[in-house]
Amino acid sequence: MIRDQETMQILLDSIRSFINEALIPREEEVSETDEIPEDIISQMRDMGLFGLTIPEEFGGLGVTMEEEVNIAFELGHTSPAFRSFIGTNNGIGSIGILLDGTDVQKSTYLPRLASGDILGAFCLTEPDSGSDAASLRTTAVRDGNDYIINGTKRYITNAPHAGIFTVMARTNPDIKGAKGISAFIVDSDVKGITIGKRDKKMGQKGAHTADVIFDNVRVPASALIGEKEGVGFKTAMKVLDKGRLHIAAIAVGAAERVLEDSLRYAMERKQFGRTISDFQLIQGMLADSKAEIYAAKCMVLDAARKRDEGLDVSTEASCAKMFATEMCSRVADKGVQIHGGAGYISEYAVERFYRDVRLFRLYEGTTQIQQVIISRNMIREAEA
Amino acid sequence: MKVLVAVKRVIDYNVKIRVKPDHTDVDLTNVKMAMNPFCEIAVEEAVRLKEKGVATEIVAVTVGPKAAQEQLRTALALGADRAIHVETDERVESLAVAKLLKAVVDEEQPDLVILGKQAIDTDNNQTGQMLAALSGMGQGTFASEVAFGDGVEDGYVRVTREIDGGLQSVALKLPAVVTTDLRLNEPRYAKLPDIMKAKKKPLDTRTPEALGVAVSSGLELLKVETPAERKGGVKVGSVDELIDKLKNEAKVL
Repeated sequence: MIRDQETMQILLDSIRSFINEALIPREEEVSETDEIPEDIISQMRDMGLFGLTIPEEFGGLGVTMEEEVNIAFELGHTSPAFRSFIGTNNGIGSIGILLDGTDVQKSTYLPRLASGDILGAFCLTEPDSGSDAASLRTTAVRDGNDYIINGTKRYITNAPHAGIFTVMARTNPDIKGAKGISAFIVDSDVKGITIGKRDKKMGQKGAHTADVIFDNVRVPASALIGEKEGVGFKTAMKVLDKGRLHIAAIAVGAAERVLEDSLRYAMERKQFGRTISDFQLIQGMLADSKAEIYAAKCMVLDAARKRDEGLDVSTEASCAKMFATEMCSRVADKGVQIHGGAGYISEYAVERFYRDVRLFRLYEGTTQIQQVIISRNMIREAEA
Repeated sequence: MKVLVAVKRVIDYNVKIRVKPDHTDVDLTNVKMAMNPFCEIAVEEAVRLKEKGVATEIVAVTVGPKAAQEQLRTALALGADRAIHVETDERVESLAVAKLLKAVVDEEQPDLVILGKQAIDTDNNQTGQMLAALSGMGQGTFASEVAFGDGVEDGYVRVTREIDGGLQSVALKLPAVVTTDLRLNEPRYAKLPDIMKAKKKPLDTRTPEALGVAVSSGLELLKVETPAERKGGVKVGSVDELIDKLKNEAKVL
């Protein structure tokens, strides 16, 4: 659902100009230095990019799912590192508070997350629990009016920059699985928290992940999201479709970018006295990429609209996430192929995107997890 | 102080212009439109004047079809307080635009009117000058600096103009017309929450008839053609060969 078409158009135009003029020219610098320059972060704050999904009453835009994926299509056109930096505040880093938080928790944190004053990070994954998230071992033990948290979280996006963590920890060791898990808001400067070294990644340089270690971290009971045990994790699982559609849309945007770069290259590069875009084998790769991008975009938009209508889009979101991210890797692979030897040289953005987009098939549920979800939903429906 | 800013809807500067196959005009079908870049500079200058406390109200105005309201909304998102849309689907020449703006000036009584020096579609560079003449206001065109206070007499604006071979400063008695050059400022990006709020700001619509202006054109557009394609160059082996070619082939020496 687009609330106002004209407003949305201006919004998208504004974001597109910002991406083309301010972000794309700085991609290489970000990749070289593995840092997003402070002046860009401050411009992103000024624009309001940290608060896209946070409601207007807390200083954000309160976008609908269809609006969000349209914005994500644009954001996908530049290095995923920029998107990653604003991504947690617009998703996993704020959503727990947004959906289950008490009024005090909302008014304390959401305005600061919306403005980008602080970054929120989401601590779910652990060394021994990834796809099987509900098996996590981090504990939060009640001690008077406090909880004491112990455990290690892994690959936590934006951990080195975070002001607050949403931490998933087991409050009831007797209940295995999701129901024994609760969510806490923990300030990053609390005693006992150590941020590990930044992970060395294949791509997405400038986006930082690290371990977060909780060693007898004492937080007040008021840090429990919703001030109720056992809700945070369940809610997080319920809104996974939102994150999946967001990543699917980013993958569509990234594929569009790679194809634009590849088309431009093909129309400039000459071999055998002609531009290589004259050759049908190159045309085949361009056309296949275009068609796949179009298909993925339609899927994302359809699922987003259905979600805005209040329908359950678990299957659609997983289909879109799986197809769009796998498609993006295929398009990036063809992009390198169209560039020929130049595609293996880091002077061309396609080399970087080829590595960057590989992550899309892994996080927010691997492709294999999406397959499991889709097929389980199919079987469940057939049995009913 | 009230500032009136004129903005124009034009083809986005990133778009490659196509001419219609029958050469009657530029092809605007499904072409991305945007605010004229010089108008963006005009809006930015007005917003800066407001931020400095010099301007108290910014009114954005445009002449054009219904869709041009998008550019007014952009101006509102950037900081204009309200907008006036003079709606017409006619092709409006510079003089007609100037007459329409004059009518708006008469109604609004602004202290300063800021326009882009030209629009990137037809590059006429006329409207600001014509408006100044019609309304009897002083004009500072091609501005690279617009100054109030700071040694400038009350009731005046000092405009630094970019002219051939240097800069010229003029002091204009208010109300006055300023047209913006490229180096006046660097326009900001609209804040996304402000874009959402722009919808709630007032936007009034007028018609040329209501303003008492006939927009019919005195010009007839005969033909539009793409610029001739550049012919490939040649490499010369030596200075002597170059001189020889300039003398005997190009016959310019």
